[in-house]
Formats: sequence, C-alpha cells, structure tokens
Amino acid sequence: MKHMLQQIFQSGKFVTGFVIFVAIVLGVIIYPLVIPDPPLKIIAQGTFFEPGIYVNVYDSINTKYYTLNLDEAAERRIADRLGDEDRQAIQTWLVGNGMAENEIDITNTEQLLDQWFNNFDPTTRLPGMTNADRNYYIRLNNNIQGLLRTEGAVIAEMNEETAVLEETATVPQTAYVNISQVPNVRILPLGTDNFGRDVLTELIRATGVSLQIGLVAGAIATLIGLVLGLVSGYIGGFVDDIIMFITNLFTVIPSFVLLILISFSISQEQRGAFTIAVVIGFTSWVWTARAVRSQVISLRNRDHVNLSKLSGHSITHIIVRDILPYIASYVIMALILQISSGILAEAGLSILGLGPKTTEVPTLGLMMNWAMIYQAHILGKWWAYFPVILTIALIAFSMNLMNTGLDQVFNPALRE
Amino acid sequence: MADKRKSCLSGKGVTKVFGFGRTRTVAVNNVDFDFKEGEVISIVGESGSGKTTLAKMLLGLISETEGDIYFQGEKRDISSHGKRKAYWQQIQAIFQDPFASFNIFNKIDSVLLDCINMRGGGRLPYEQKVEMMTEACSFVNLKFEELTNKYPFELSGGQQQRLMIARIFLLKPKILLADEPTSMIDACSRATILDYLLQLRDEVGMTPIFITHDIGLAYYVSDTVYIMEKGVFVESGSADEVILHPKQPYTQRLINDVPKIYEEWDLSTV
Repeated sequence: MKHMLQQIFQSGKFVTGFVIFVAIVLGVIIYPLVIPDPPLKIIAQGTFFEPGIYVNVYDSINTKYYTLNLDEAAERRIADRLGDEDRQAIQTWLVGNGMAENEIDITNTEQLLDQWFNNFDPTTRLPGMTNADRNYYIRLNNNIQGLLRTEGAVIAEMNEETAVLEETATVPQTAYVNISQVPNVRILPLGTDNFGRDVLTELIRATGVSLQIGLVAGAIATLIGLVLGLVSGYIGGFVDDIIMFITNLFTVIPSFVLLILISFSISQEQRGAFTIAVVIGFTSWVWTARAVRSQVISLRNRDHVNLSKLSGHSITHIIVRDILPYIASYVIMALILQISSGILAEAGLSILGLGPKTTEVPTLGLMMNWAMIYQAHILGKWWAYFPVILTIALIAFSMNLMNTGLDQVFNPALRE
Repeated sequence: MADKRKSCLSGKGVTKVFGFGRTRTVAVNNVDFDFKEGEVISIVGESGSGKTTLAKMLLGLISETEGDIYFQGEKRDISSHGKRKAYWQQIQAIFQDPFASFNIFNKIDSVLLDCINMRGGGRLPYEQKVEMMTEACSFVNLKFEELTNKYPFELSGGQQQRLMIARIFLLKPKILLADEPTSMIDACSRATILDYLLQLRDEVGMTPIFITHDIGLAYYVSDTVYIMEKGVFVESGSADEVILHPKQPYTQRLINDVPKIYEEWDLSTV
C-alpha cells in the first residue's frame, strides 16, 4: 500500500493534477473562513461592476489628508478625464482649422492641449459646422478649462435650518489618503455579476457546491455501476442477462437526454443541488457497470478465486476480498472520471435552465446560466463567465490528469 | 484387487464444451473413469489435452456440460453453498501456477488460517493454530516464522508452491487433485514432498490424483495411470502396464519424450 502510494506520487501527471485539485479544494475551504460573506448577497446597485478596488468616497473625504506634490498628477488627471471622443473632436477641429493631420498626436495629452489653446477661438466658424457643433466645442473648451483649474474641491454641508450650503472644508488637488486608513475599502477581484453579487465569493461557493454535486453524483454512479458490474460479472448466467439488458437499455438512451427529461419533470422548487446530483448519479452509472463487469469476468476464473472457493468462502466474501481489491484501482479511476463528468453534467443542465433552483446556492453551471441570460458575453463582461469556465476546465483537467497518472501506475503497459 | 476397494470419485460420459458455433471447443470429451479410495492416480497428457479442465470439473469449480460425476458412490450434489463447502472439505487441490493462485492482498497467515477454519478449527486458541501451521510448513521445508506477516508475492515460485502444498497438510482432504504440484520445486525437495503426500494417504486414507505431463513422475508415484489426449482417455491401467507396455502410439510418444541422461534427445517427435 505504502509502496503503491509512493509510486503514484512519483507520477508527474498525477502530482500535477493532484496539486491543482488540492489547491482548488483548499481555496473552497479557506476562502469562506477569511471572507464569511453570504455568497448570494446582492451588494452592488447595478450590474457588472468591473474588477478592482472600491474605496468609499465619503470615508476617504473624512480620512486624514497627506500632501504629496507629484509632477505628473495633474497631467494624469486630465489625461484620464479627457475621453477618446473629445480627443477625436479636438483633432477634427484642429484639422478643420488648417493644421496638418500628422502634426496632431491625440495620445499626447500635453501637446494636444497646447495646440488646442493656441488655436481654438470660439468665434471661428469652420466650413460645414452646424450651430450645435459650435456649441459642443464651446462646452468642450469650458470643460477643459475646468480640468486645468488648480483650486481644490469644496466640501459643503447643508445647514438644516436655513437650507444653505456651508463650506466645511476644501480638498486640494494635492491631497492624498492612505488607503489603509480608509475604513471601507472593498476589493472585488472579479467584480460583480448581473445581480450585483461579488463574483469571487459566489465562484468559490459555486465551486464547492459543484464539487459536492460531482462527488455525490460520482459516488452514486460508481456505487451502482460497481455493484451491478460485480454481481453481473461474478454470478453470470441469467442474472447477468437481466442486468446487461437493463444496462444496454440505458446505454442506448443517451444519458443526457434522460437527465434533461428527469430534471424537467422535477419542479423547479424541488430541484436542490443534492437532487440534481442524485439524478446525475442515477443516469451515468452505465459504463462503470460495463467496465467492472468485464474486469470481473476475467478475474472470476483466476486460480486465486478458485482457491478462495476451495477454502469455503461465501460469494460475498469472494467478491469483497478476492475480486474487489483487484479492481479497486480501476474503480478509483472510474470514480475520478465520474466526479469530473458529474460536474460537467451539472454545468450542462444548468446552462439549459434545468439545474438546481437558483435561490439557495450558486453552482458553476448556474453562474454560467446567469451570465448567459444577462448577456455578459455580448456586453464584454468577461469576469462574469470566464473565471467560471476556467474553474470548470481546471477541475476537469486536474481530475483527468490524476486519472491518466493513475493509469500509468496501475497499467504497466503504459509505463514509460 | 483394486476393484474391491471403494470407489471415491467416478464419472460417466463427462464432457465439457467451451463456446459455441465456430469457436466451439470440446475440452473434455465423453470421459469415463472410476477412482478407487487410497489408490494413487495420475492423469498424464500434453498441454491442452484437457487435464486441467477435467480437474476443475472434478473440483466443482466449473460445471460439466454433460455427464455425471459420482462422489463416494453417490451422485455429486453441490447445488448450495453449504453442500459445496462440505464437498470441498473432502476434496482439495494444488493449482499448477502458484503465482496466480494466491490473493496478493492477503497475508500468508490468512491462507493457512482459512484451512484451519475450513476443518472447523476456527475456535482453537491462537497458539495451537500457530503450532498447526508451523507443523504443516515444516512438511514442505518452509519455516512458518519466516513466512508469517508476509505476502505470497514476496516468496519465490517454489516457496509459493510449497505453501500451496502446506495447505493440504492442514486440510487433510479425502481426495487431492494435484495439478503439476512440483513443477517449480527443486529435485531434492520434490521427492521429500511427494513422499509426505503419499504418507498422508496412509495416515488419513487420502486419494491423491496427480495431473501432470511428466510421465516419469507418474510412474514414480502412481498405482493407476490415465493417459489423456485431446479430451479423451486413450489408455488407462496400472502404472507398470501402461508405461512399460504402452499400447497407444500417443503413450509411446510421451514416454519417448522424457529426457534421459546419457542419451541423445530425440526431437523428431516433438
């Protein structure tokens, strides 16, 4: 046993898969201990906030200021405020005013503003310019002038009696707060989703639930497959015929169609994550049963089984002690694949809207479903679906890698 | 004189067919036999002649396609687990491939303890069991202290084969089917072990049935020899009669194939 474990952990493929899988599992376990937020709590007003660090504005005003005189600050501020459209408009005006196009670099903010202030005259009417255009340029000019102001922002409070704004403080442009001193800073590494939930918290919980679904589905499928395969393979004869008839029946009906029909027939209210896992388990045992059966058939006529019979052991004893240990490695490999395909099956069902009910727990499939319904992929909100796809892919990848690694250890013909 | 002894295992028209249609193979074809109690029997034949299949049918490990097997004069009944267990308390076997004969997950102790349990000794104190196992191992030149807590695959082929034979000394069955029992044991131990097995015959009235391709061994140990070719007994009778005065060409060929020291090998018949 120890020797076998050593061998398994010498397989590079298995170790890689195992490390990825353990990292995912550890993340699922540790994250909720650090950030115990409920995963489905709606925190954002609005949909699809971008990933980033969210600093409370009110708190940062009330936090102690530090003055930092940084040269690039003003320029960076203007560069950031001056949108691409405005830059384009400036270019159009300047070109219309007779400047060569190659002299203008709209990415160089300083040069662009210089050119603008040197040339812009609100009274000039360029050929083909409408009144609305002229007003737009006057407004644009005022905005840019505003950006170049060096006074600070005034903070005023309304006097409740007189309803007059009273100046309480001025925030100079050189004022900085230390982010660690701001009491309310929320990091949203993956932004928020369409409902305004923190995607990372949701994703971690969803991964946990999906792993549980996979585990339950895989365990049920493997258990049913194992028992049927063992009984059918070892006893043979009429029992074998009946079991193989049922198995063949399930083989011919595509299990996913069966899965859809069963899920559909259970009302949305009753479809919990566990129910879905059981449904998946009960529809995916077929190939495990077939594989186990064929292994058992080749084992049942071996001499060690005969010797066990001659030692007076019962059928149960022989199946459990003389057959099962010989196929254990194979069954573990089947279990790993069943878990991974259980997770994928849940994702597939949920995308079709037949997954677990949406009010209790998130699953990876449900997150995909939500992202799809709210058109995250069309709107370019990658954080709502890409991390989910990546997680599903990583889980399936790590499990398949472990499986291949085990195969190489247990199957001497595949050893390098 | 042999006929006066009680029949312990006999068969009429025993046939085993594997597969059907094109792959139909008749492994044992309509075989009749009558093994007497206390007599040493050898079934000799080349590889693939159906010896092992016949042995497995006699053991009740595979069912016969046709024909009946009689155990101690009565038609054999092994329809339930209890009846099979009772049958196997009477008839035991040594398998030809020791490497495939032990469960690699069970320790050697459990192999031997199973035998003690089989004979109803499950409640004996552990010290007495150890004593019994030590004794059985000593018959086959094994030291139980060296084997205990080891796994069968840690032993050499010869040691595994001896362990297989040690089971018989614990089980003391009425009939022993020994399928190539000493193929992996060195010549010195071989004679000793065979002598022990024959001693067991005298002690408990065991009927050993040797299944072998080694006609020399058959001649050395047996009273009655059955020659098997392609699933049929082509010749049978007392060892002297069959081996010294063979009637069938197949028997003559088997005898000629035995390598002899100081003589050129005749490979033309192989």
